[in-house]
Order: sequence, then C-alpha cells, then structure tokens
Amino acid sequence: MLEVFIFATLNGLVTGLLLFMLASGLTLIFSMMGVLNFAHASFYMLGAYFAYSISQYMGFWAGLLFAPIIVGVLGAGVERYGLRRVHQLGHVAELVFTFGMAFLIEESISFFWGTDTKNYRYPDILNFPLFTLFGQEFSAYRGFMIGISIAIFIGLYYVLTRSRIGIIIQAAITHPHTVANLGHNVPLIFMGVFGVGTALAGVAGVIAGPVLTTFPGMAAVLGSIVFVIVVIGGLGSLAGAFIAALLIGLLQSYAIASDVGVPDLLNLLGLSFERSHPLNDLWTLTLPQVAPILPFLLLVLVLIFRPTGLLGKREQ
Amino acid sequence: MLEVSDLHAYYGKSHILQGVNFNVAEGEIVSLLGRNGVGRSTTLKTIMGEVAPQGSVKFKGKEIAGKQSFEIAQMGLGYVPENRDIFPTLTVSQNLILGMKSTKIRGRWSIEDIFNMFPILGERADVDGGVISGGEQQMLCMCRTLMGDPDLIMIDEPTEGLAPKIVQQVAKLLQEIAKRGVAILLVEQKLSIALKISHRLYVMGHGTVVYEGTPDSLMQADDVRAEWLEV
Ligand SMILES: Nc1ncnc2c1ncn2[C@@H]1O[C@H](COP(=O)(O)OP(=O)(O)O)[C@@H](O)[C@H]1O
Ligand SMILES: [Mg+2]
Repeated sequence: MLEVFIFATLNGLVTGLLLFMLASGLTLIFSMMGVLNFAHASFYMLGAYFAYSISQYMGFWAGLLFAPIIVGVLGAGVERYGLRRVHQLGHVAELVFTFGMAFLIEESISFFWGTDTKNYRYPDILNFPLFTLFGQEFSAYRGFMIGISIAIFIGLYYVLTRSRIGIIIQAAITHPHTVANLGHNVPLIFMGVFGVGTALAGVAGVIAGPVLTTFPGMAAVLGSIVFVIVVIGGLGSLAGAFIAALLIGLLQSYAIASDVGVPDLLNLLGLSFERSHPLNDLWTLTLPQVAPILPFLLLVLVLIFRPTGLLGKREQ
Repeated sequence: MLEVSDLHAYYGKSHILQGVNFNVAEGEIVSLLGRNGVGRSTTLKTIMGEVAPQGSVKFKGKEIAGKQSFEIAQMGLGYVPENRDIFPTLTVSQNLILGMKSTKIRGRWSIEDIFNMFPILGERADVDGGVISGGEQQMLCMCRTLMGDPDLIMIDEPTEGLAPKIVQQVAKLLQEIAKRGVAILLVEQKLSIALKISHRLYVMGHGTVVYEGTPDSLMQADDVRAEWLEV
C-alpha cells in the first residue's frame, strides 16, 4: 500500500510539474493579453517535434537546448507580427486568431513530420532506475523531469521577484500604461513574456515527448487539461496555477494507482448486481477508468463553488 | 521646452480637446487650472500619447505627437497620473526602482535622496505600496516618476483629497523639484498652491485654454476666476 502511494505521488509530481510548465506561461500570457491563448499547447507540441528532429542529428541534449529557443523565437514572432496587430480588433479577433494558430500548427506538423508517432526517446544515460523501492523502480528520466522543472521554476521565481526587470514585468502585466509612462518599452516586454511563455511550453514538450509520445494529437491531449488548470487556479494567478497543476497531477495519479471502483463500494454496502444488468458498465466502473474526467469534474465543482478559481481575483 | 499647438483629442465621437495651445519653458513652473471635466487630464494623456493626439506637441524641439508613451518618457518627459497607480503588491522601494529607466544613468534623484526628504517612505521601504496612506502614495507616485530623471514633469491634481498637512509636503516637494532645474506642468483645480509656486498659469474651459497670465494677474482678473474657476 505504502509503495503504491509513494510511486503515485512521484508520478503525480512529474505530471503536475509538467502541467505547471505549460500553465504558468498560459496564465502569464492571459494576464497580459486578457484572452486565453488557444495555441499555447501547440507550442508545447512544436517543442517535442523540434527536439525530436534535432535529436536525430545532434542528440537529446542539443534538442533540449535548442528546441525551446526556436519555439520561443517563433512565439515572440507570433506576438510581434500577429497578435499585436489583431489586438486592435478586440478580444474576439484575438481568440479566433489563437484558434487559427492552433490548427495551423497542428496541420503543419502533420504536413512536415507526418501523422505517425515519432520514435523520440530519452538518452541512454537516463535509462536506468534512479532507485528501487519495495521492488519497484523509479526511472532516472522521471527524476530528471522533476529536477529540471524545479530548477526552471526557481530561476523564474528569482528573476520575477528579485530583479529589476522582474519588477518591471510584474508591473507591466497588470498596469501597462503606467509602466509605459515611466519609460519602459512595454511592447518589447510583452513580446518577451510571450516568447518566454512559449519557450517554457517548448521545454515541456521536449521533456514530455519521450514519455507521453510525440504525435500530432499531443497538443489536444494536454491542452484541455492545461486550460482547466488555469481556470481552477484563477485566471492570471501563477500561484493558483501551481497549486491546481499539482492538485490535478496528483489526483489523476492517485486515481490511476488506486484499485478501487464501484464494485468495492457495493461490496462494502453488501450489494451486488447481476452481470446481465443493463447498467452493468456503471456498476463495474473503477477509479482508474474515471481518472481522465477528474480534472473536468474538479473544474465544474470549482466553477460552481468558487467561480473566480482558487486564487483568482474578481473581474473588475 | 514643451509647446502644444492646436491640440485636438476625441473619446470616441466626443470632441474633448478643441484646439489647446500653451507652452512651458525650461525650469519653469506652469499651472493648468480649470473646473472638473474641462479636459486637463485629457490634455496630459494626449501629450503622453495615451489618447491619440491631433495637432502638434513639441518637446525639446522635437515633434512627439504620434510617438509611443514609453518613447516620450524616455526623452525626459515625466508624468504623474491622477489615479496614483501605485503597485499594491510591490514594496515602496520596488515602486521607486520601477521608476528608474536604467541602472546606469545617475540622475538628479536617488533613492537615498527621496528617503531623506520623506523619512516616512524610508521607514516603510519594505512595506507593500498598497498599505501605506493616500498621502504617502501620492508622494511615492511623484518620487517614482522623479527616479526616471525627467526634465519636465507633468503632475495631475497631486493635492486632490489630501489633508492640508500633506498638501504642504506636496508643495515642498514641488519647490524642491523646481530647485533642481526640472520644469513642472501642474494640473490643479484649487488655486491655493498653484498661485503660490507658479511662474505662469493657464485656465482651461470646455476643451480650450481661455486665459493665460501670472499669479498676480489672475488674482486681479475677478471675472475670469468667477466664470472659469470658482464654483
Ligand atoms: N475615458 C473616457 N471616455 C470618455 N469620456 C471621457 C473619458 N475620460 C474623460 N472623459 C470626458 O472628457 C472630458 C474631460 O475629462 P478630463 O480630461 O478628465 O477633465 P479634467 O481632468 O479637466 O477634470 C469630460 O467631459 C469627461 O467626461
Ligand atoms: Mg482630471
């Protein structure tokens, strides 16, 4: 029982940190633009594909370094030459633009790389069990995913809260006019935040690609959950996104690891049903089976009981 | 130093500024007076490019109408808006750091300077900007703009809603600003400190300048005060 719990916690941590890497950029970009960037997960997918291609020639580590940079530059370009122009037309136009980008990126990926699953693998040096507990192995690559995520978050936290540029960025996101009046190049700051946000999504893609499989649907798989996290955490709240990402990562992981289901509940109540019962599927439902819908269930509950999200502020 | 000629501005279809003309010379203290709603704040916002300008605004001899706010600020034009946009989650010192345009240039003002002038801000250096008093926020807001070392500072109703004691402090700071060779464009509704410190005054009414003079001449012009200023 204990080993199940420990491994589920570690795996939940891996997923949670990965989700936060996407959600942090998305929520920052939301505070800045005022709309959700529907193409955010597409940059995550681009990260995986670029890293896959680079790794074919130069190895995994070169992909880890260069793919996020390429994705970040692309993201900055999308902000500079796309979103900034569309912004003048209002929020609906921006939303439609990001939707369009998401489709464009997905179709381009199928076009250039094909629709099959890529054999993108992590390097052999990380292909060993980090430790063995109660006879179960925890892979070094998962440990590496945890390590690199935490390192990036500490770095970002330090820059955002301790440095002068971080102070300017924080202020520019909520009060762009005031910060511009103080002589700071706010359009450049926005482009930078967009670039770093998409680069983070790129990093997530690079490190998730080998474990979650690299295929053209990977953006859709994670994209909706990342939206759920940003909404549950409270739109624009980094701390909220962090809590929500870990919450959902752990919740899903525990649900998958747990071996309980409706039959156990029914046994507990001393009930049982015939296999031929028309609702047999419902009576035999197990927690691992419902794990994928838990984030959405949580979303509905949060929206009912706390419409602004966990740490969100009230709309002005 | 600042020359505004035939400046027009619109909010949607409403024609708010209808040909505003005035100027401020180097080191001069000039007040822009008028009743609520005549367009004084809009004039400042239009100069800063926050509202789209039509007409000409020259700063240090260069046309700035059509430039972006941050470019105008970088040229040395400081602006303290009327809403006192202090960042509530940043500390008092962080708010001041935010005003610095770069860490390299040393201007007329330093954080130590400001804490010497206003020890109360120094004592609260690490307190969040959101929890200090309204008067302290006003001081902080003006000092934050000074940290960018402007050559002309435009200040929108700095005494609005403040206790008389704090109004005195604002007046003291304005005089210190002038002493360091910074020109001031002061927007006010009340005459009190404007008459005391200004070299010249303009009075606005309905989107244009309706009177130009000195504190002495305005004191004599009872009709102007009655028509455009007193309530
Ligand atoms: N954001 C805005 N949208 C529409 N009208 C505005 C806006 N801000 C100000 N106005 C109008 O413009 C006029 C001038 O306002 P303002 O420049 O703030 O005057 P003052 O600062 O002299 O009190 C007023 O009639 C006001 O109602
Ligand atoms: Mg006003």
